[in-house]
Amino acid sequence: MVHHDSFPWLTIIGLIPLGGALLIALVPAGRDLAVKRIALLVSLVTLGWTGVMTAQYDTAKAGYQFAQSTDWIKQFGVRYAVGTDGIGLVMILLVTVLVPVVVLASWHDSHGAPGRERPSSVRTFFVLVLSLETIMIGVFSSTDVFLFYVFFEAMLIPMYFLIGMFGGQHRSYASIKFLLYSFAGGMLMLAALIGLYIQSVHQFGTGTFNLFALEQLHLSSGLQDWLFLGFFVAFAIKAPLWPLHTWLPDAGAEAPIGGSVMLVCVLDKVGTFGFLRYCIPLFPDASKTFAPYVVALGVVGVLYGALVAMYQRDWKRLVSYTSVAHFGFIAMGIFAFTSQGGTGAVLYMVNHGLSTGALFLVVGFLVARKGHADIPSFGGLAKRAPLLSGLFLLAGLSSLALPGLNTFVSEFLVLVGSFTRYRVAAIVATTGIILAALYVLIAYQRTMHGPLKAGLEQVKDLDLREIAVIAPMLSLIVLLGVYPKPIIDIIKPSVAATYQQAHRTDPPPLATTAANDRTTNQDGAGQ
Amino acid sequence: MTAALFAAPALLAAPPQQINVPSIAYGALSPLLIVFGVALAGVLVEAFCPAAYRRMVQIPLAGGGFVAALIAVILLQHKHEIVASGSVAVDGPALFLDGTILLLAIASLFLLAERSGGGSNALVADAAALPGTREAGELLASTGTVTEAYPLMSFSVAGMMLFGASNSLLTMFVALEVLSLPLYLMAGLARRRRLLSQEAALKYFLLGAFSSAFFLYGLAMVYGFAGSVELGAIHDAVGNTGRTDIFLYLGMAMLAIGLLFKLGAVPFHAWTPDVYQGAPTPVTAFMAAGTKVAAFGALLRTFYVAFGPMEWDWRPIMWVVAILTMVVGAVLAITQTDIKRMLAYSSVAHAGFILVAFTAGTVDSVEAVLFYLLTYGFSIIGAFAIVGLVRNPTGEANHLSSWAGLGRRAPFLAGTFTFFLLAFAGIPLTSGFMAKFYVFRAGVDGGAAGLVVIGVITSAVTAFFYVRVIILMYFVEPADDGTTVALPSAFASAAVGLGLAVTLVLGVVPAAVIDIAHNASTFARLGS
Repeated sequence: MVHHDSFPWLTIIGLIPLGGALLIALVPAGRDLAVKRIALLVSLVTLGWTGVMTAQYDTAKAGYQFAQSTDWIKQFGVRYAVGTDGIGLVMILLVTVLVPVVVLASWHDSHGAPGRERPSSVRTFFVLVLSLETIMIGVFSSTDVFLFYVFFEAMLIPMYFLIGMFGGQHRSYASIKFLLYSFAGGMLMLAALIGLYIQSVHQFGTGTFNLFALEQLHLSSGLQDWLFLGFFVAFAIKAPLWPLHTWLPDAGAEAPIGGSVMLVCVLDKVGTFGFLRYCIPLFPDASKTFAPYVVALGVVGVLYGALVAMYQRDWKRLVSYTSVAHFGFIAMGIFAFTSQGGTGAVLYMVNHGLSTGALFLVVGFLVARKGHADIPSFGGLAKRAPLLSGLFLLAGLSSLALPGLNTFVSEFLVLVGSFTRYRVAAIVATTGIILAALYVLIAYQRTMHGPLKAGLEQVKDLDLREIAVIAPMLSLIVLLGVYPKPIIDIIKPSVAATYQQAHRTDPPPLATTAANDRTTNQDGAGQ
Repeated sequence: MTAALFAAPALLAAPPQQINVPSIAYGALSPLLIVFGVALAGVLVEAFCPAAYRRMVQIPLAGGGFVAALIAVILLQHKHEIVASGSVAVDGPALFLDGTILLLAIASLFLLAERSGGGSNALVADAAALPGTREAGELLASTGTVTEAYPLMSFSVAGMMLFGASNSLLTMFVALEVLSLPLYLMAGLARRRRLLSQEAALKYFLLGAFSSAFFLYGLAMVYGFAGSVELGAIHDAVGNTGRTDIFLYLGMAMLAIGLLFKLGAVPFHAWTPDVYQGAPTPVTAFMAAGTKVAAFGALLRTFYVAFGPMEWDWRPIMWVVAILTMVVGAVLAITQTDIKRMLAYSSVAHAGFILVAFTAGTVDSVEAVLFYLLTYGFSIIGAFAIVGLVRNPTGEANHLSSWAGLGRRAPFLAGTFTFFLLAFAGIPLTSGFMAKFYVFRAGVDGGAAGLVVIGVITSAVTAFFYVRVIILMYFVEPADDGTTVALPSAFASAAVGLGLAVTLVLGVVPAAVIDIAHNASTFARLGS
C-alpha cells in the first residue's frame, strides 16, 4: 500500500540541508562563526520539519506514507519516487536528531583533528555534513531502487572527504579503505540491480525500478540467490558484518568525532536498513535460504567484536568494535524472521545510533582535552571531571544494554525473537552481553578511576556547549529505555508487513509446541 | 571459396560506364565536405598568410568550420540513407558520432589554441629543430607555434567523421589513414620534452602503419570472399552462405585487429601509454576522445552491419578481448606514476567497458555505446585540459607527486578534476555512472552477465587509482617543488567548463540525450 501525499514532505526535508550547504558555500572564507550558526540553524529546522512530519504519520495505516513520484529517466523506467514506512521514518528521525548534535559537537574541531600542521576549512566541513544529511534522508526515503542506489553510492563521497580532510594521522589510508570497500560492494549491487531490472523488462514488458513492482517479480531460485548475494554483500560491507568489517575500526578511529558519529550511527545503518527494505522483500526465498548463514555471521560478529574490543588501547577503535558486535545483533534479529526479532532489530538500529553516538561524543570530549583517546594514558579523571566521567558512564552503560536504558529493550527483543527460531545462536549471543559489560567497564575504570595520571591535572570538566551536546542524547537514552512504546508503535506494523511480503510468519510459541510434544509422548507411552 | 570466386565475375563483368558518374549527394555529405574544405583552406592559409597572422586566421577558420558542420549534422538528423555510390552511410549512428566528434573537436581546438603562462602554448614553434641543439633551446623561449596543427587537426576530424560513417571497407580504410596520419604528426609537436614527443610520434606511426596493413589485408580477404567491399553486400554474402570460408574468418580477424588497435583494446593497446604521455597534452586530449569515438563507430558498423549474421562466430573472441581490455587496463593503471600514462591505461579500461555493450549485441548496444562515447569524450578532454595547466619550471608537471596538495593551490581546478575522476570511476550523479549503467544494462540484456560482473569488479579496481589522485590533491600537504597552476585563458576555461557541464548534466538529467542516442541507433544498409 502506498499513500500518496500532495505535500512533498520528504523532498522538502531532504532539500533543507542541501540548501543550507549551498548557503554555507557562499559565505566568504574566514567567517567561521557564521558558518557554524547557519549549519546549526539549518539542522534544527530540518529536525523541526521532521518532527512535524512524524506527527502526521499514521501508525494505523499499513504501508508507505508521504509518497510522491515523478519521472526522472523515462527511457530506463527510473522515477524520482519517495515515501516512507515506519522503518524509514525512525531512521530519518535518527538522522535529523543526530545532525544538530554533530554540528554542535564539531564546534571547535571542524578545522581538522588536533595536531594537524595546517587547519582545514570549516566551511567545507559543514558543507559536507549537511550534504551528507540530504543524501541520508534520500537513502531512507527512496522507493525507487535506482534512486536508492544513486544515494547509496553518493553518500560515500562526502564521508570520504570528511575522513580524508579532517581525520587523524592515518586518514588517507582509512579513507581509501572505506571508499574501496563500499564502492566494491556498491558495484556488485549495481550488477544485481541491472539483473533485476532486466527481469522486469522480460516479465512486465517495460523495465522498472519501482520497489513495489519489483517485489512482484517471479525469480527462479538460482537467479534469486545470485541477485540476493549482490545486494547482501553491499549491505553487509556497509553494516558491517563480520568478516567484512575491517574497514570500520580504521575509518571510525581516524574520522573526526562528528564524522565518526555520522559514519557509525547513520551511514552504517543503511546496511541493516537495506536488509529489511530490499533483500527480504525482493528476494524472499533467497533470504530464507541464506538466513541461517547470516544469523551465524551475526553471532560470530557479536563475539568477535566484543573480544577484540576488549583489547583496544584506543577508545575510538573500541567503540568501533562494539559496533561490529551490535550490528551482529541487528543482523541476527532481522534474519530471525520473527516480529519480535525484527522489531527489536529496528529499535536496536535507533538505539545503537543514540548510545554509540553518545559514547563517541564523550570520547570526543576526551580527545578535545588531550588530543587523543589512548586509554592507558588516562586514569583518575573522575576526580578532575566528575560530570564528564558520570555522563561517560551513562553512555557506556547504555552501550552494554543495562536494563532501564534504551539498548536493553532492543537487545532483549532481538534475543527473544531469535530464540524461537535459532536457539543455539541466541544462547551464544547472550554471552556477548556479558563480554560487553567487561569491555566497557574495564576501559571506563582505567580511564576514569585509579590514581590521577601525570598530565591530566589541568583537565577541565564539561562546559555548557558540551552539556548541550550530550544532554539530548542521554535524555533520549533514558526515555527510550523507560518508555519505548511510541517508537515500537511506528516500527512494528512495518516490520510485520515486510515479513508478510516474504511469507514468513512467527513460529508457534514454544510453550505450545512443548505441550504438543508431551501429549504425543504420552500417546506413545500409552500404546 | 570457389563459389566466392564465381560470384565475383558478376561484378567484374559489370559495364564500366557504371563507375563513370557516381552521383554525389552534396547535401547529405555536407558536414564532411565542410570539414575537408576547411582543412584545405587551412593549408592555403599556411602558404599565403604572413606568419604573424596565421594563428589568428586558423583558429576561427577551423572553429567556424566545425560549428558549420555541426549545424549541418543537426539539419540532417533524420536522414537514413547510403550515399556516394554506396560508400558513405548517412544514418543515425553516423550522424550522432559526427556530432560527437565535432563537439569534441571544438573543445580540443580550445585546448590547442590555449596560450597561458607567458604566451606560449603546448606546441613547438618549429618541429624540424633537432632536440638538444641551440635552435631547439631558443624555440623553447619563442612564443610562436606551428600553426600547421590546425589544418592537420581538421583533416583528422574529417577522417574521424568518415571512419564511422563508411559503408564500404575501402572508404573506411581511406578514412583510417586520413584520421591517423595527421595524428602521427601532431603527436610529435610537443614544445617541451621533444625527444619523448618524437619517440611517441614514431612509435605511433610504426604501430599504426602496421595495424593499417592488417586492416588492408583483411579488407582484401573479405573482398575475396564476398566479391564486394560494400558492407551491405558483405552482409548478404555472409548471410547467404551456409559454409565456412577461411578468407572470411581471416579477413574478419584482420579487420578486427586494425579496428581494435585504433581503440586501444588489449592486446593491441601497447602504444597508448607512450603516445598519450609523449604527445602534447591538447593533442592527447583530442586523440583520446576523438579516435575512440571514430574507432568504435567503425567497429560497430563493420561488425553489426557486415558481420552481423556471423555474430556467434565473433562474439566469443570479443568476450575475451573485452575481459582482457578491462582487466589489463585497470591493473596496469594502478602501477603508473605519471598522470598521463595513468589516464592512458584508464582509457584502455574504459574501452573495455564499452566493449561489454558491443559484445552483448542487443538492440540497446548501439545506443549504449553512443552515449558512453559522448560522455567519456567530454570528461577526458576536460581532464586533460586540467593536466595541461599543472606546470613546473620545465613544463607540465605530470608526475603524480607534483599533484600533492593541489586542492590548496587551486581549489576550483582540483575540485573539477575530482569530479572528472569520480565520473571515470562511475559514481552516481556524474555522466560516467549513467554511461556505465547503460553499457552494463546492454551487457546483461545480451546475456553477457559474466562480462558485466567482471566489469563491475574492474570498476572497483579503477576506483583505486582515481581515488589515489584525489588523496594526493586533498589529503597530502603540498610539496615545495615549484609546481604551479597556470591561470587558464578563456580557451582552456571553455574546454574545462564544457567538459564539466556535460559531465554534470548527463549525470543528473540524461533523458534528452538518451532519447537522441536511442533514435540514432539504427544502421542504414543497402542490399536485401
